Amino acid sequence: MSARSSLIRIGDLDVDGIGRILGTAERFGEVMERDIKKVPTLRGRTVINLFLEPSTRTSTSFELAAKRLSADVVSIKGAGTSMDKGETLKDTIRTLEAYDPDVFVVRHPQVGACDVVARHTSAAVVNAGDGTGEHPTQALLDLYTVQREIAPIEGLHVAFVGDVLHSRVARSGISAFRMMGAKVTVVAPPTLVPRYLGEALGTEVSADIRDIADADVVYVLRMQLERMGTGGFVPSLEEYARMYQVNHSRLRTGQRVMHAGPVNRGVEISGKVVDDPSTLIEAQAGNGLVVRMAVLYDVLSESQTAAPGVPGVTLEAA
Amino acid sequence: MSTYVPNSRVRLPQRPGARANVVIRGARILDPAAGIDREGDLVVRDGVIGGDPDGLEVVDGRGLTVIPGLVDVHVHLRTPGKEHAEDIATGTASAAAGGVVTVLAMPNTQPPTDSPSILGSLLDRAAREAVVPTGFIPAITVGQMGDQLTEHGDLAEAGAAALSDDGVPVANASVMRRALQYQKAADLLFTLHEEDMSLSGAGVMHEGVISARIGLAGIPGVSEAVQVARDCSLAAYEDARIHICHVSARETVEEIRLAKARGVSVTAEVTPHHLLLTDQVVGDDPDPAKFKMNPPLRGSDDREALIEALIDGTLDCIATDHAPHPADEKENPFAAAPFGVIGLETAFAACHTELVVGGRMDLSDLVLRMSTNPARIFGLPVPSLADGARADLAVVDLAATDVVGERPYASKSTNAAFVGMQLTGQVVMTLAGGQDVYRRNA
Repeated sequence: MSARSSLIRIGDLDVDGIGRILGTAERFGEVMERDIKKVPTLRGRTVINLFLEPSTRTSTSFELAAKRLSADVVSIKGAGTSMDKGETLKDTIRTLEAYDPDVFVVRHPQVGACDVVARHTSAAVVNAGDGTGEHPTQALLDLYTVQREIAPIEGLHVAFVGDVLHSRVARSGISAFRMMGAKVTVVAPPTLVPRYLGEALGTEVSADIRDIADADVVYVLRMQLERMGTGGFVPSLEEYARMYQVNHSRLRTGQRVMHAGPVNRGVEISGKVVDDPSTLIEAQAGNGLVVRMAVLYDVLSESQTAAPGVPGVTLEAA
Repeated sequence: MSTYVPNSRVRLPQRPGARANVVIRGARILDPAAGIDREGDLVVRDGVIGGDPDGLEVVDGRGLTVIPGLVDVHVHLRTPGKEHAEDIATGTASAAAGGVVTVLAMPNTQPPTDSPSILGSLLDRAAREAVVPTGFIPAITVGQMGDQLTEHGDLAEAGAAALSDDGVPVANASVMRRALQYQKAADLLFTLHEEDMSLSGAGVMHEGVISARIGLAGIPGVSEAVQVARDCSLAAYEDARIHICHVSARETVEEIRLAKARGVSVTAEVTPHHLLLTDQVVGDDPDPAKFKMNPPLRGSDDREALIEALIDGTLDCIATDHAPHPADEKENPFAAAPFGVIGLETAFAACHTELVVGGRMDLSDLVLRMSTNPARIFGLPVPSLADGARADLAVVDLAATDVVGERPYASKSTNAAFVGMQLTGQVVMTLAGGQDVYRRNA
């Protein structure tokens, strides 16, 4: 059982915990503006990134985050691992556990994989996306981005638009924005919303794109074609684009657009909106680094494991 | 429920053993079907109830209750092919430990039990190994592939107890219809796993608030209900008899209620885990794979509908769907873990705790649903405590409380959904097929 504080779902944090991480990210943000961007905060700590599903931005930002904090980091990607030879997740973790890691950062195609990891390690576990489950660090960087670029989150109205059914970004994000006091509306084709989502997450659910009109933030979700199989969730991507695409004709001045990437230009979002400098999409990608630094710092600083003689994991030490 | 027609061809072999000789003194003797409810002694001589108590072993029955042994028409003995999870000897020992005196085993083995020769070898093996009388339910279609009917007539002749493709539905309505038509020739009951796979899709748990919250793909209740509606309609049209396996959804209860009201020959079973648990546990437990089974644990409104339907007779009986799996396979992330939980050893305690201690029905009603009704539906010998009946009985301590999992299981597998729960009403002794097959403190 993981003895350390893990971040597997956004609900593992309360409002104070989220505030603490966002505050830490803010301070790391200042460090990142210096010439020397590396801090000794996690020197001597070991971070294992276990990415068993494709990822570019999340894996890169976690790896860089660990390096900027001076941790020893090993990144393991899906293909070429012993799991290809039939090893179970449990046995992979037990093997890696022999190297005494402090943190496992895990991306996995199946919901609940991080819970399995946590059962077999004493390291902290950070969920970097588990199938259609959760993606808590994405939610944190989204909160951080909105707070920095727009305003405090309390009282804002955020509309999530698109494929909620397959979206861990939406699942964690809706909960996170709700926790911080935002109003959340989901706008999507009825076939791409879990039937009981409104009740489960406390949101309004609408099938009408015009219901984004009141939103301060329009959060566009990627059509996850790779998870849809032959289901035919919408009649065609063209019709989807006609009915639900976020483009300038549907946005009013002042509305800020977010997207966790990668985008399908011309499907869920128009190319023009993607390229519009007023969107927060680039800021999201950029903020991933400092927020993930803050998460790694947070899961380790809460544990009382600093060995004597090793510089404490304090920001002041930076 | 349909009228009782004994299936004279069904074979229920049991390993050879000494006839039980015992007198249970000072117990409550309860057999609602035979109209027996008295305090006193129950004599078993040479495996038969009644006779002279002189010289017999005496069991102190004070504070205990003797009931007709349970009949479980839905178990998986994993033989042939998956003996690492269960075999005939361990599965039926598990039955005996649960007060179960007859089990019927499903055909989703490797290879599937789909031919008279495989059935014959299983019957031979049961005659050497089965602790309690054991029957087999071969597949409706070859390989359970849903296309070609197995040899229903030959299977009946060889001693099949019923037919089922359990584990998967008969997806093709035309194949199901032909099977129902052919029932007039082969005269075997169909016990149907009901699920529209196109609606279940990649689902791994109940489609509800919990699945929406945690992001696991859901199996909607209507996936079961639409298939039941189809098969009730076909059974009515072909004047055939069907039995519905492990009903889980309130929508299904509604379909069965309507079908019974219009005279369809349909009966149905429900499992202890669907009567006691809901999808809430999947959301709350850090190791939820132990609650993964198909059909899935559903919502609290579904659970309440199942209990009400069991009380009012819409659901006729309780069956465990005892489904052993090795611990290694259950240690995967939820979506990758296999479906199924064991249940033979805890079925009585679970149902007694929920339904009798919980004040929903009295013990007599529970005994009818766990013993008499399933035996009658499948045309099996009905366990009875009347003089002259073969000893097929359970002695239970209705006051004894145990925490599930603290005692070792007789089953080879430990994938129990009730683990950690306090259940009241423990089986202390089982006589099955006239043999003394289980003593709790032996």
